[in-house]
Amino acid sequence: MAVTHATPGAEHPVAVVRLEGIEKSFFGVPVLRGVDLSLRAGEVHALVGENGAGKSTLLKVLAGVHRPDAGRIVVRDEEVSFAAPRDAQAAGIAIIHQEFTLLEHRTVAENVFLGREPVRRGQVDRRAMETETRRLLDWLGEDGIEPGTEVARLSVARKQVVEIVKALSADATVLAMDEPTAALADNEVELLYGLVRRLRDRGIAILYVSHRMREVFDLSERITVLKDGAFVTCAPTADLDTDQVVRHMVGRPLEALYPERTGVPGAVRIALRGAGNERVRNLTFDVRTGEIVGVAGLQGSGRSAIARAIWGVEPFTTGTVELDGVPTRLTGPRTAVRKGIGYVTEDRKGEGLALRQSVRDNTLLVRRAACRGAEARHKADLARLLGSVAVVARSPHQEVRYLSGGNQQKVVLGKWLAVRPRVLIVDEPTRGVDVGAKQALYRLLRELADDGMAILMISSELPELIGMSDRILVMREGALAGELPAGADEETVMALATGHGAAA
Amino acid sequence: MSAVREQVRRRSGAPARARTFVITPVVVVYLALAVLLVIGSVLVGLHGGVLLDHGGVLNILTRGTVLGLVAIGQTLVIVTGSLDLSVAYLVGLCSLVAAETMAGSTAMIVPGVLAALAVAAVVGLVNGLVITVLKANAFIATLGVALVLRGYLEHNYTGPAGTVPRAFQHIGYDRIGPVPVAALLMLLLAAAAWWYLRRTRTGYHMYAVGGDVDVARLSGVRTGRTIVTAHVLCAVMAGLAGVFLAGRLGSGAPYVGTDAGYDLESIAAVVLGGTALAGGRGGVAGTIGGVLILSTLDTIFDDLELDSFFKDVVRGVVLIAAVALYARRRTAGRSA
Ligand SMILES: Nc1ncnc2c1ncn2[C@@H]1O[C@H](COP(=O)(O)OP(=O)(O)OP(=O)(O)O)[C@@H](O)[C@H]1O
Ligand SMILES: [Mg+2]
Repeated sequence: MAVTHATPGAEHPVAVVRLEGIEKSFFGVPVLRGVDLSLRAGEVHALVGENGAGKSTLLKVLAGVHRPDAGRIVVRDEEVSFAAPRDAQAAGIAIIHQEFTLLEHRTVAENVFLGREPVRRGQVDRRAMETETRRLLDWLGEDGIEPGTEVARLSVARKQVVEIVKALSADATVLAMDEPTAALADNEVELLYGLVRRLRDRGIAILYVSHRMREVFDLSERITVLKDGAFVTCAPTADLDTDQVVRHMVGRPLEALYPERTGVPGAVRIALRGAGNERVRNLTFDVRTGEIVGVAGLQGSGRSAIARAIWGVEPFTTGTVELDGVPTRLTGPRTAVRKGIGYVTEDRKGEGLALRQSVRDNTLLVRRAACRGAEARHKADLARLLGSVAVVARSPHQEVRYLSGGNQQKVVLGKWLAVRPRVLIVDEPTRGVDVGAKQALYRLLRELADDGMAILMISSELPELIGMSDRILVMREGALAGELPAGADEETVMALATGHGAAA
Repeated sequence: MSAVREQVRRRSGAPARARTFVITPVVVVYLALAVLLVIGSVLVGLHGGVLLDHGGVLNILTRGTVLGLVAIGQTLVIVTGSLDLSVAYLVGLCSLVAAETMAGSTAMIVPGVLAALAVAAVVGLVNGLVITVLKANAFIATLGVALVLRGYLEHNYTGPAGTVPRAFQHIGYDRIGPVPVAALLMLLLAAAAWWYLRRTRTGYHMYAVGGDVDVARLSGVRTGRTIVTAHVLCAVMAGLAGVFLAGRLGSGAPYVGTDAGYDLESIAAVVLGGTALAGGRGGVAGTIGGVLILSTLDTIFDDLELDSFFKDVVRGVVLIAAVALYARRRTAGRSA
């Protein structure tokens, strides 16, 4: 592949794409209020803002999904207007959306070339598709994905890679990525970094949306901040620090992200004794009331499998589980809910939400299913509940699919808090959630623990795991690799998780 | 860090490799067909007859021809994530258009066929446009069009009309050995439809739109155009079925399609053939298997001289069993 090396932050900052004064309302509610943004060849431009600030909407305007109500889109000094995504594609703009845009039952190659299938003598040229996909995968150093594999069989991280290949294959000059790392584990993020840098060096203009400040500062040359749909600032990354960016985003300085560990752990709430099933084996640990226990591990190490087993989706087949000292058989989600176990799933779109229902209905879903006669109290509680997780929605009756990604995540959490579970399992609770809301969420989790809830927290973000947990369980290849006390450092956790290096 | 990367690669790579022989719905359908033929032969044998003799094969294929034509079109629509409930009335309407245009004259055969297909295409276009432009649900939209067609037929016809010239009636009866020419033509069209879905760009887009419209649209597929195309092709297939029936009957008949229940029957054949009703997966090969299973069942019932209630019960049970089987495979596949 011909890789042209343009120096990052080149001398001639030619704007490949300029968005000027973009405005957009949905049902009369303004979401973007005059946003400016310019993307230069060979530059990574970060776009940050709170949940619901309008980042994804801006990307969708650029992608031709939404038409702006006002403002101009200028591509290479020519004003354009996109009627459909294919027009944006034709102009060399590729977008990796916040949610996956892959067809589960088609192959990798078919997905990569979707909408642009090469045709030879009236037929789709499958050979060419697979060869080209193979070439791009090789170029990315991904030799574990076969072009002929059905996408449904790939892990989340690999789907993300396919998503990137799909964008690349379009020969785009502009690539916009909406939280591309949200689904990735820390170590996989490294792979993505390398990729983004290589693309940038090829002279591609990259727009990078992320809530992870570390990524933003590692990768970007410039940062644009949005707040409530309005443009706040755009400055070179070198002139900013994390606190400043957060202040611009949130509108106020943010104190300590993680709350203090205040509570004292009480009696054992849930105890596993040699529990195992197809995916995990021989798990023995306790979670006490008032305690937040973190679960670390690589993607696929069995972290979520623990949660799914306790919750009864894929129950344990060996060993025992005790709840408050009583041996209990957890055979399905319904039993689990009855026994006071809540589970905030990692895949909010697939398992956590009824997308076409309202915020209110989603929040009350579990409670309605599990409790009776509580209808009268619903209304009073709801506002408090949604407030406690800081959901930004126009009204409780708004359909969940119209919420921003981060706010959807908060609704999932609210759904479980509505039943006041005694054991709460949270799987990647802050995926796609902005800093301000993260802080609120951490506080909330800590308060719940202090109120006597036993919390099991699974996370790929080591800083948050370390910042929040009273103890950290580390998983490796389906088994418990060890347990670390509060405040362990990242290296120790990683060493245990991988089984390499100076294991403690 | 590279150690970590290796680890990650190995972990998530393992399940993707399993590329052994998979039991696809298509394989299941044809296995079921084979089993059915064996069981049927035994039962009919015990009853003192022979299932797969000259007449039996002829019977199965003849029954399958019209349903096959309609079901091929229905497959395209269902794969695209839509549905067509207007096909049954359309079959009747097209038989009339063909027979009335021909009016017994050999010279009018070609214009008659073309007129019928043109009417079908227009109805398909209307179906497609109501769904894509007016954004009506496919079920309701095509049901509405079906009602309009019914109204037209009821208002204008009381019974058979038009005459098909003798030369054209041959298409209904000619055969090569035990195989009717029409059945061969149907299978040829099935092959063409298979190629269309599996090899052409529009075919690819039909799977994409059926799989997830939003994803297809975001990927640059012209979703509206794809849905309309599927509906037009489906209607044209129903039109062909109407033309063929006119040839067999010697005239057009307003209710040939509805009497045989080709609307629901074709959907049953498609689903029996392993195509997901939600769209995005399946295909013509399975549908033909489904059609053959249904027509074999009918032939067996006739040979056994069973009453029609029992017939319907068995067909219903077979359909439910098939759907349950596919659903099971699907969930099993997901957690694997
Ligand atoms: N199609 C739509 N219809 C109605 N409202 C919408 C639609 N799409 C987005 N919104 C609203 O627009 C606002 C901005 O949403 P957007 O998805 O752009 O936020 P975001 O900055 O990407 O947030 P996040 O970080 O959570 O992903 C939200 O309040 C959301 O509810
Ligand atoms: Mg977003």
